[in-house]
Amino acid sequence: MSEFDRAEAARGVNRRKVLECMTWAGTGVLWTIAGGVPRSVGIMDQALAAEPSGLTFLQISDSHVGFDKAANPNVIGTLEEAVGKIKALPVKPAFMIHTGDITHLSKPAEFDDADRIISQARLDVHYVPGEHDILDEGVTLYRERYGRGAKGAGWYSFDANGVHFIGLVNVVNLKAGGQGVLGDEQLAWLADDLKDRSASTPIVVFAHIPLWVVYPSWGWGTEDSGRALDLLKRFGSVTVLNGHIHQVMQKVEGNVTFHTASSTAFPQPAPGAAPSPGPMKVADDKLRTLLGITDVTFKPGQERLAIIDQPLKG
Amino acid sequence: MTRTGIRGLLAATPAAVAILAAVSAGAAEREVKIDNFTFTPERVTVRAGTTVTWINEDDIPHTIASSAKIFKSKALDTDDKYAFTFTTPGVYQYFCSLHPHMTGTIVVEAVTGSSVAQ
Repeated sequence: MSEFDRAEAARGVNRRKVLECMTWAGTGVLWTIAGGVPRSVGIMDQALAAEPSGLTFLQISDSHVGFDKAANPNVIGTLEEAVGKIKALPVKPAFMIHTGDITHLSKPAEFDDADRIISQARLDVHYVPGEHDILDEGVTLYRERYGRGAKGAGWYSFDANGVHFIGLVNVVNLKAGGQGVLGDEQLAWLADDLKDRSASTPIVVFAHIPLWVVYPSWGWGTEDSGRALDLLKRFGSVTVLNGHIHQVMQKVEGNVTFHTASSTAFPQPAPGAAPSPGPMKVADDKLRTLLGITDVTFKPGQERLAIIDQPLKG
Repeated sequence: MTRTGIRGLLAATPAAVAILAAVSAGAAEREVKIDNFTFTPERVTVRAGTTVTWINEDDIPHTIASSAKIFKSKALDTDDKYAFTFTTPGVYQYFCSLHPHMTGTIVVEAVTGSSVAQ
């Protein structure tokens, strides 16, 4: 299968195509734009060799500090390796985003360990919470550490190099039988946040649970994400970065590129490939090929951001 | 009614024997396992007074949250348990507030044996 066909396969959402996509995801692919179609142009090493200019930032996700089960008894170790990868990048990112599930059980010691390791990257970090970060009684720990100055359950926006970044929260007030939820209050805030911005402003939205329907029977989607995407329709370049599903997936729909990052802790199965979305135990020598970090570069004048997934190994 | 109270009744009148039997049956315990992001059994029918205990056998934390906000557990890590005693007949829907696609139902029937509409 050519790289072009693989890119085409990644655009579909049916299960066969998603699974096909899964067989090559995670090997580190540079995405660029050619004639409106995203196209992978090289593997990781080649991509790194071509030093990007413009704004580069880094995404990590799902570090699950505190997890100690068979799928990875040493999530501290793999998070440290991920930070090592970040420090070794040829182009230092301007900052980092963390798309949630910093901890496994929202314990103070887990937040402390995560902070201690992630701070070694020496980058500003913009967080959004995952459902594992709001388990403490009173739900205060995440807000106190990362949510100061944020609205509601922790949503906010900021600007860097002419790109508008929006951190959304879709892990609170979930309803029985449903998926992720943004809620009326946050959507009203988003409408207000976007209303005076020109359609040429590149937008990056990040949230924990995917803002596109990946696999509803596992809850991998956000019920009211369509309302958020409606608000983003008029913008020429929208990039949506998520975590939660512990695997790389990408989809392009009009001007919107959706991308989910690897976990630094443990992999989860491809949609429908297992009885449940629980942690996936793989051979020890394969684990680090399924964990990783995501490097994102925005070049002025290009609609699509170049997204490079870098596994911890391979 | 306290345990001492039941004993007192039993000593007082033979009719109380039937009451005690009913209360004992109602005070049974039922277990619901959480595994593979599923509550098993997904639907459980018990008599009023039954204590239902959920046990998380997954590698991921889950919660037990009543859809009507009548009960809610803390996050249960692997092997953690949560128990709730259902004293009032009715149909209780619940879900995992972390993974809301996980849902279950507890049907509580009156001790007298009259069944609740399902």
